[in-house]
Amino acid sequence: MRIVRVTFLSDLLKFSFFCAKMIASQKLMKVFVTRRIPQEGMKVLSQSGIFDVQLWDSNEPVPKVELLRGVAGAHGLICLLSDKIDKEVLDAAGTSLKVISTFSVGFDHLAIDEIKQRGIRVGYTPEVLTDATAELTVALLLATARRLPEAVEEVKNGGWSTWKPLWLCGYGLSGSTVGVVGLGRIGLSIAKRLKPFGVTRFLYTGRQPRPENAAEIQGEYVPLDKLAEESDFVVVSCALTPETQGMCNKDFFAKMKKTAVFVNSSRGAVVNQDDLYNALTSGQIAAAGLDVTVPEPLPTSHPLLTLKNCVVLPHIGSATYATRGTMSVLVANNLIAGLKGESMPSELKL
Amino acid sequence: MWSRFQVKALKRVLISEFNTWTKLDTMQKTQQALPRVYVTRRVPPEGLKILRQSGMCNIELWDSDDPVPRQELLKKVSGVDGLLCVLTEKIDAELLNVAGPNLKVVSTMSVGYDHLSRDELKKRGIRVGYTPDVLTDSVAELTVALLLATSRRLIEAVNEAKNGGWGTWRTMWLCGYELSQSTVGILGLGRIGVAIAKRLKPFGVKRFIYTDVAPRPELAAQIQAEYVSLDELAKESDFLAVCCALTPETQGICNSALFNKMKKTSIFINTSRGAVVNQDDLYNALTSGQIAGAGLDVTVPEPLPTDHPLFELKNCVILPHIASATIATRNAMSALAANNLLAGLKGEAMLKELKL
Repeated sequence: MRIVRVTFLSDLLKFSFFCAKMIASQKLMKVFVTRRIPQEGMKVLSQSGIFDVQLWDSNEPVPKVELLRGVAGAHGLICLLSDKIDKEVLDAAGTSLKVISTFSVGFDHLAIDEIKQRGIRVGYTPEVLTDATAELTVALLLATARRLPEAVEEVKNGGWSTWKPLWLCGYGLSGSTVGVVGLGRIGLSIAKRLKPFGVTRFLYTGRQPRPENAAEIQGEYVPLDKLAEESDFVVVSCALTPETQGMCNKDFFAKMKKTAVFVNSSRGAVVNQDDLYNALTSGQIAAAGLDVTVPEPLPTSHPLLTLKNCVVLPHIGSATYATRGTMSVLVANNLIAGLKGESMPSELKL
Repeated sequence: MWSRFQVKALKRVLISEFNTWTKLDTMQKTQQALPRVYVTRRVPPEGLKILRQSGMCNIELWDSDDPVPRQELLKKVSGVDGLLCVLTEKIDAELLNVAGPNLKVVSTMSVGYDHLSRDELKKRGIRVGYTPDVLTDSVAELTVALLLATSRRLIEAVNEAKNGGWGTWRTMWLCGYELSQSTVGILGLGRIGVAIAKRLKPFGVKRFIYTDVAPRPELAAQIQAEYVSLDELAKESDFLAVCCALTPETQGICNSALFNKMKKTSIFINTSRGAVVNQDDLYNALTSGQIAGAGLDVTVPEPLPTDHPLFELKNCVILPHIASATIATRNAMSALAANNLLAGLKGEAMLKELKL
């Protein structure tokens, strides 16, 4: 009996030491968060109890110097789309960095090749922001087509005298053809929301046909040129890639109808902004709505901001309380799963 | 003495002149017999074309984008058979008395008829045409546009982009309220209310509720909407859209009693008539945080004076009554109003007659 008790005690001691070491080593897992994120996400992170979280506790971007310092030796990184995670940042992080979890569905701010090379895993936030982004895109399309900001201005500056038959008339969706550039999750969601407004025809374009998505809206796959020529409303919702960069340029606008409305809520660089300005001022197209620009923010002196027929929003596609909260939880869960070596709820295939 | 040749020539000239004179005389007399119509505004081209090409009436037009002054209107309607007006003209006892007994038909280029004294018109046996249906799509579309502009804070956002308030992307900046999983309430379920609901459905609205003077089962079935009391509508709606006609019963119905019951996160939209809303109560509700935001396409008065307190509020979007403002729709309204008028003059059935 004495021997058993002694053995049991030593086993117990060994186990305790082991646990302490585990806990201690897990506490050493450093996570750097580049911005204050919604409470829901922070709670998930802190409740996991296994990280040492360092937070740039501000609503403003982390300065580069601070970012480089913060990532040094980090195992995990939570970042926003305004943080460029390039070779310099990855080098500063060093070999400990295993997981990058971005607060976005776009990933053009991540140097994917470098990240892949280093075996780092990436989490992102598709799907949870689809509804909010599609909703904002439709809001932007309607505000542009029905001239809402112009109308609000007239009301405030005394331009509203009385009801007039042809004053501030805009373009209606009823009986129109809508062309979607990039019929992915967001593109399809936009199209579904436009359908009951009486759109008679949906066209779409992309690298290849998307028959499953297209079936839901009876969408017709066409080349980019044809989409430009035949659409009354053009909605751009593709990813930014080397192929789509600058795709909406003067050739594109030249083919569009004079009465057409152009909307972009994907990434600013898909559009050549100088060509867009010319198209709007020369009457090549009727109006444009942008939720994304190059750069962001767009300088207040930019010519596009002077045009009555151009509506510019400051990248608020996913900006609802509910969605940003949900995104933050997903971001946190992606990170935790990645650092535990488990499968992430939403992992970006590199 | 004249030669025979000269006499024949003279006869030809005289006969020709006589024929022409007779034609002109007949034309004049016929014109004087044509019904007289007064058109109170430069309505969109389709309608004017229809009236002119009908050859059926003598048209006098206030050829301007701005309203005809009251005195001028009273002068011009005297003795007319038909009147084509827009919503800025009050067709009341005073005007109808001045117009006189010839007036058979009043055709308004609007679906709203609160500017018409229905009792006075009925008394005098005057028929009324109006323009429902042709503007439903356009109005529903603008109402949804206004709802989204309000809930997603578009006007604030546009201003921030222009005035330097736009820094880099931030996680909680300019967040709004989404339609996904929400309850939408409609005050007054008519054609326009149903059309609005149909457009909101794919945004992921979980539940549609409505209130009205009585249940509207056929319309409600189209959108699976549940009939509730005004109080319940206020308590349960995340988005409340007012689509009722302006009547003595609905006047001022959106007041502090209603706003008190609404959710702090709710959005209030009115595209019906300004007088349905108590604007002072709305101002208080918006400033005290009783509701999150409001969008109005109609106000009292119109235009709303630029120093009105509602303009100070970031969470209040005001549009200058543009719900039916697309070229296609306004032309369709104009054409329908013209056709209603002609049918009334001929004593035939109108395409869209208002039951008085």
